[in-house]
Amino acid sequence: MGKYIIRRLLIAIPTLLVSSFIIFAILELSPADPTGNLPLTIPPETRQNIRAALGADDPFAVKYLKWLRQFFIAEPLNLFETSTGIILPGSEDRTRVISWQTRGPVMDIVAERLPQTLWVVGSAYILGTLIAVPIAVFSAYRQYSLFDQVGTFTMMLGFSVPTFFTGLMFIIIFSVNLKWFPSIYDTTHVVTDIQSLQVQLRQMFMPVAVLTLFYTAGLSRYTRSSTLDNLQQDYIRTARSKGLTERTVVTRHAVRNSLIPVVTLIGLGIPSVFSGALITEQIFRINGIGHYLIIAIQGGDLPTVQTVTFIFAVLVVLFSIIVDVLYGILDPRISYS
Amino acid sequence: MKTFRVKLIMLCAVLMMMSALGGVAMAQSADTVNILFWQAASHMNPYLGNGTKEFEAAALVLEPLARYDPDGVMVPWLAEEIPTVANGGVSEDLTTITWNLKEGILWSDGTPLTSADVVFSGEFCMNPDTGCTVLTEFDGVDTIEAVDDHTVKITFTGPKPFPYGPFVGYLTPIIQAAQFADCMGAAALGCTDQNFGPIGTGAFMVEEFRANDVITYVANPNYRVEGQPSFGRAVFKGGGDAESAARAVLETSEADYAWNLQISPAVLNAMEAAGNGTVIVGFATSVERLMLNQTNPDPMLDEDTRSVWMEDGSNGHPFLQEDAVWMAMSKAIDRNIIAEQLYGAGGIATCNVLPGPPIYASTNNDDCLVQDIDAANTMLDDAGIVDTDGDGVREFNGVPLSVTYQTSTNAVRQSTQALIKQWWGEIGIETELRNIDAAVFFGGDIASPDTYSKFYTDIEMYTNGSSGTDPETYMGNWRTTEITHPDNSWNGSNVPRWYNEDYDALLDDMSQTAVLEERAALAIQMNDMLVQNGVIIPLVYRGSVSAYNNSVSGVAMNAWDSELWNIAEWTRN
Repeated sequence: MGKYIIRRLLIAIPTLLVSSFIIFAILELSPADPTGNLPLTIPPETRQNIRAALGADDPFAVKYLKWLRQFFIAEPLNLFETSTGIILPGSEDRTRVISWQTRGPVMDIVAERLPQTLWVVGSAYILGTLIAVPIAVFSAYRQYSLFDQVGTFTMMLGFSVPTFFTGLMFIIIFSVNLKWFPSIYDTTHVVTDIQSLQVQLRQMFMPVAVLTLFYTAGLSRYTRSSTLDNLQQDYIRTARSKGLTERTVVTRHAVRNSLIPVVTLIGLGIPSVFSGALITEQIFRINGIGHYLIIAIQGGDLPTVQTVTFIFAVLVVLFSIIVDVLYGILDPRISYS
Repeated sequence: MKTFRVKLIMLCAVLMMMSALGGVAMAQSADTVNILFWQAASHMNPYLGNGTKEFEAAALVLEPLARYDPDGVMVPWLAEEIPTVANGGVSEDLTTITWNLKEGILWSDGTPLTSADVVFSGEFCMNPDTGCTVLTEFDGVDTIEAVDDHTVKITFTGPKPFPYGPFVGYLTPIIQAAQFADCMGAAALGCTDQNFGPIGTGAFMVEEFRANDVITYVANPNYRVEGQPSFGRAVFKGGGDAESAARAVLETSEADYAWNLQISPAVLNAMEAAGNGTVIVGFATSVERLMLNQTNPDPMLDEDTRSVWMEDGSNGHPFLQEDAVWMAMSKAIDRNIIAEQLYGAGGIATCNVLPGPPIYASTNNDDCLVQDIDAANTMLDDAGIVDTDGDGVREFNGVPLSVTYQTSTNAVRQSTQALIKQWWGEIGIETELRNIDAAVFFGGDIASPDTYSKFYTDIEMYTNGSSGTDPETYMGNWRTTEITHPDNSWNGSNVPRWYNEDYDALLDDMSQTAVLEERAALAIQMNDMLVQNGVIIPLVYRGSVSAYNNSVSGVAMNAWDSELWNIAEWTRN
């Protein structure tokens, strides 16, 4: 197992390098121009000056190598310095990855925004999983019962109605009419006591509810069909004929086996938590990572798009390794040795 | 299963408790003014600004020597008075302007504002390595020097009849020399702390800046006016969209001010009807217009001829330069319907390319405001432009009046196109509509056939306007030397490729005239030439739409300067 993990990690390095190159090449080929959104009144010569000041007109290879150095050398060294307080020689000359839009280090903004995204999207993901699995298992166990019919219908609805619609409905019902929850998420709010925790919970309620519905819907459909499959297996009949209680049959035998593919699904979905929920963040003004990426794409901010996309690539590779390892642990039939 | 049921009940209970917490959810803090910009500010350095959002965010902190008031009139801000030829502030030969700073103005850090800061701000922008966005404001500036601690003299390379470009208005405020000393030129890129938190003389100072998200300000204790600002804090929140921003101000009262609410008039009116807030509109110079191609854009022509202007006039448009044709086209359009139905409060029908400030607005073309399809048809019949082959489309010299009409992709523009196509159909002109993604249409990709500057179609529609109150630069857009042409890589502002020596002569006159009334007369004359020669068909005078919550007083919408120009005077009711 140890050998397997090491091998996978080693393979990940060239994979990531190639993907960083592909991301960079695609961005380079796109017609996005950092000065494209400036007002029409700004003349072409000024635009040229701005592009030159940003280094946007450098040749492809120069830009790519510069980014590689900034991301793989300057950023880790900077992280080391800020976390330990030790200043390494040459600290002055190191340039970090600088965003063309904000003229500030990209990683600082990522660090600033990650908590918001993780709070909202992360808790929705956890909540979604916690709700989806029991509902799905019960639905499958009582297939075609009223609970199953209602559950399946609700989940179908949650899956097919887009978040920008549910989000808007929530705002109109809970903010405009009932005035229960704020429609604007205050990113500067700090939780210090019970009172401020209440404020935080209240402002999280609507975005979390919208996303939970969405995640629950996707996951429960999958879990339900997986459980249905397993309930018809021979070993379930064997378990029942052994005289085990229904409860043991379902929880010990059926659910456990049904969860193997579900774990994969959940694991592979985790990177998407970090990438945020684009539309939901936009509707409630959560301004997390997803919002940051969209703004950067619109503004032709190549260093930011490259860096954030690459971080997602790292997460995807990392979590697929974790999922593969977990798979081996959960399912004894699979062996990596 | 029992434990699961228990869990489910517990979950429901938690959710219900959370709902019960509601009711008092959205009490605004009386001491904080909440401003919503659905485009978030990326930094706060106006000289590096990407758009209005950066300039507005900085306007709470940084101030210019003079501002424009809502009527477009200059008012001294950090300066004692507006320099003119009459008071000796502007030299007789129009080559220098001398500003006197008010006495006793302090930066928010307690140090005094001096002329060195003004000089530094100019040098910061004019340094070619800075990549300054508002460099055009410094056009023609030769030197900026500090005569003494409170006097700044700007010398131009030649006579400058309108010398109020640098340091007037929110685009070119004064930054602190001490703070930005190490940020000149290429170093501007790495000066994160400075760009995220400039020290200013304004009513507020930055407490916390979060790029592309939210800015928190606190009142500047050193602000020069006693008792202002009345708010202790200001929050400038970005993100989201225009519609939800309007809702937060007009319906839920979660925010006090929302900027740039370009949403359907029906939706905005319904929200305002809730009675919690007020929609305000400011009109500057933006005009949605139809540009008429003066050259032949026939796709059958080769690259060296298609839409290329020839000095001898040999490659003119087959029929658009014919008076009866463009006049009929203009007459067939009901501008009021477009303005009311599609733009709402944010639009007024107009017949002028230059609709403001009021002294520059011509009244000579106002008859175009009334639609008259019959008159348009008669006009074409009288000119002998009739449908000879019975296909419903008129011909001029055997060429059918069939036009291609392009614009950028946008719901309002597409609706305008559909209306105009229908009206033109009624006068026997066939229209083919095209819409192109804004990034491509307004982009500078020389290889693309779809840019507005290449203008490979007969008609195109977009908005443009003068960037300040003075129209000289804007009217200069249609100078012969500005014609977009393959030789200048299609870079130029004379997009319809209009050529008129008399027009160029008027522009030359204007560059030598300092008296306001004479300048206005020249501008009106040029506006009329553009409209009465069928170069441009103006449609809608576009304003910026914002809204404030009724719990705030003192908001004065300003289209010529920052909308937040007088935030120091805002109060909570």
